[in-house]
Amino acid sequence: MSTTPLEINTPLDGATTSSRASGNPLSSTQITDYDHRQTVGKITVDNPKMTCRGVNVYYGAKQALKNVSLDIGANEVIAFIGPSGCGKSTFLRCLNRMNDTIPGCRVAGEIRLDQEDIYDRSLDVVQLRARVGMVFQKPNPFPKSIYENVAYGPRIHGMVQNKAELDALVIASLERAGLLKEVEKRLEEPGTGLSGGQQQRLCIARAIAVNPEVILMDEPCSALDPIATAKIEELIDELRENYTIVIVTHSMQQAARVSQRTAYFHLGDLIEIGETDQIFTNPRHKLTEDYITGRFG
Amino acid sequence: MSFYLFLTLLLLSSGCYYLGRRRAFTVAGDHVRNLHSLPSYYGAYTALWCGLPALLVFAAWTALQPSIILELVTNALPPELRTLPPGRLDLVLNDIKNLVNGNIVSSAPDPAILAAADHYRNLQLIGNAALWIAVMSLAIAGAAHAWRAISPKLRARNRVEQVVNLFLVISSTIAIFTTVGIILSVLFESILFFGKVPISDFLLGLQWSPQTALRADQAGSSGAFGAVPLFAGTLLISGIAMLVAVPIGLMSALYLSEYATPKFRATAKPALEVLAGIPTVVYGFFAALTVAPLLRDIGTALGLQVASESALAAGLVMGIMIIPFVSSLSDDVINAVPQSMRDGSYALGATKSETIKRVLLPAALPGIVGSILLAVSRAIGETMIVVMAAGLSANLTANPLQAVTTVTVQIVTLLTGDQEFDSAKTLAAFALGMVLFVVTLILNIIALHVVRKYREQYE
Ligand SMILES: Nc1ncnc2c1ncn2[C@@H]1O[C@H](COP(=O)(O)OP(=O)(O)O)[C@@H](O)[C@H]1O
Ligand SMILES: [Mg+2]
Repeated sequence: MSTTPLEINTPLDGATTSSRASGNPLSSTQITDYDHRQTVGKITVDNPKMTCRGVNVYYGAKQALKNVSLDIGANEVIAFIGPSGCGKSTFLRCLNRMNDTIPGCRVAGEIRLDQEDIYDRSLDVVQLRARVGMVFQKPNPFPKSIYENVAYGPRIHGMVQNKAELDALVIASLERAGLLKEVEKRLEEPGTGLSGGQQQRLCIARAIAVNPEVILMDEPCSALDPIATAKIEELIDELRENYTIVIVTHSMQQAARVSQRTAYFHLGDLIEIGETDQIFTNPRHKLTEDYITGRFG
Repeated sequence: MSFYLFLTLLLLSSGCYYLGRRRAFTVAGDHVRNLHSLPSYYGAYTALWCGLPALLVFAAWTALQPSIILELVTNALPPELRTLPPGRLDLVLNDIKNLVNGNIVSSAPDPAILAAADHYRNLQLIGNAALWIAVMSLAIAGAAHAWRAISPKLRARNRVEQVVNLFLVISSTIAIFTTVGIILSVLFESILFFGKVPISDFLLGLQWSPQTALRADQAGSSGAFGAVPLFAGTLLISGIAMLVAVPIGLMSALYLSEYATPKFRATAKPALEVLAGIPTVVYGFFAALTVAPLLRDIGTALGLQVASESALAAGLVMGIMIIPFVSSLSDDVINAVPQSMRDGSYALGATKSETIKRVLLPAALPGIVGSILLAVSRAIGETMIVVMAAGLSANLTANPLQAVTTVTVQIVTLLTGDQEFDSAKTLAAFALGMVLFVVTLILNIIALHVVRKYREQYE
């Protein structure tokens, strides 16, 4: 162990150890202290919205996430960074149990939203996903009108009593997603006819409409041009007031611009977590430093 | 005889392939880079020149030779035979041909006929010899031409490509012309029919009893050609079939694409498709021998009058048969809805059935409609089940418990058995076929159009 202080040290379970023993050759050559990769940095926060402890995820026999523990603070923007395939999306999908929809995917560990275990049997997944919204990498508006796209969530959750309330909710959501001005006149036109950046903001509006507490964003700007990206980043900054936001990003500049805390993942491990400023100016783990300085990733 | 010629030609032309290839190497001076095309293209070029023209002549000759020989033999017959009426003359010529082929002849052969048979045989020998000579010299000439033409500059690759292109064009036109031929023949016969029976009587008449009299004084020769009962029967049976096939097919498609594990789907889908592969005659006796009696027993128990051959039995079984048309195609289109649509819906907290109802079905609807229309045209065209299970009596009824008949069944009954080919009865089959063709064509066009429109949405 060459690394510095650890706030938490969860022992590895049997399955994890055995799968590492047969580990792949790439990791064993690149990384020396592979067997006991523990997180560097402070994983806890003072007022956590979500707490994750010892999260392991398997796709069939393959382990994609190894013993990840971290807190997500209320009204913060936390960024997940790391090379492709390191498990960022996998971890994000654990937070609203979207992994349940993937055949062969198994999640072990503990994840709590406001102290409530989201993997508890008694928990209603449908309610959970209404509280933890998600925005995907590729904008995926339904092939319906702009209005219907935003009204989708409120309708299925029965959040409104009548058409007037629904109208108001749709307008408010579009407004908060910064899209209202652009689409005011054409709410009945198909959402798929908008530009990529507009589509992504429509998807954000759609997520906001069900009044979530946490919004998960999986590389929300990777399919967008720089101007559309700037708009979304601005939006994220505004949304922080009312929501907790978890964003996966490939762009370190973006992480630096929008987030307060950053977590660096590597091959299924959470390597380092800390204040965004500290991660980018003074990374404590060698792997983080290599990634930040562009040596790989 | 001609088989050996064909074989020789084939051998010759494959020999030419190697010769042409060798020649290409030679003219290239063993620097294949100098050649315009790969050596094998020069081989193919030579082989085609050797084989194709010879083959064409061979085919034309084989098609024409018998009639020419027959003509010559007829002209050489003694006058008393030559002036026989056409029917008798045909018999004589038949005897000659039978003699030539060594078959048994109708009567003791006449010397004149024996002489004619000899003449025929001689002509045949001469013709075949000439054929061999012509085909072989053409093959060799073609090969020689190609041989001379081979040079590094010759664009053998492009020439071969042209020939391949030509073959493909010919193959596709064969299919198209066949369809056109069928349409035209059906059309002409229908026009003949409408000359005998007014089109309004046919399309609007409520009475179908196509028995026409062979003799004018024959009884039971009403000859009513009102097709409405047939169309009503077709509609009734197809309707019942669709009532069975659409809900079951659609729901199994939804189950397969959204709920089943991939492993289950991989086995269940082909298993469902087997339903479409069962010969319809098997469905037919299943309907007639199992389903129809069962329905009658149930009907009797309920105090209902069920005919032993009922539209219901035929429709139910036909519905089972076309389930895979609906389920398999619908499953494909539902699967083609991008996963991101499902993810988007689930991430908003929708359940599976809400996602299906609000996102998948609307998105896949055009494709589903297309699959249903294809199934309908299959149902309308289906014959065997109806013949066996629904009967032949042209009742005009909406009661599914009675026997009805359909357009296709009547076509079959009109054309089976001994018929006068130009009677209204026979021609009516073509008119029915014409209407059926038009209806299914329209349905298919709509289906294809709808399916295509659906495709544009996600590509
Ligand atoms: N549906 C899946 N089935 C099997 N393996 C998967 C699946 N999704 C992701 N993985 C694997 O899990 C690992 C982490 O993937 P992912 O979370 O998508 O990485 P990231 O988002 O950081 O690029 C990768 O090795 C990937 O191959
Ligand atoms: Mg990802």
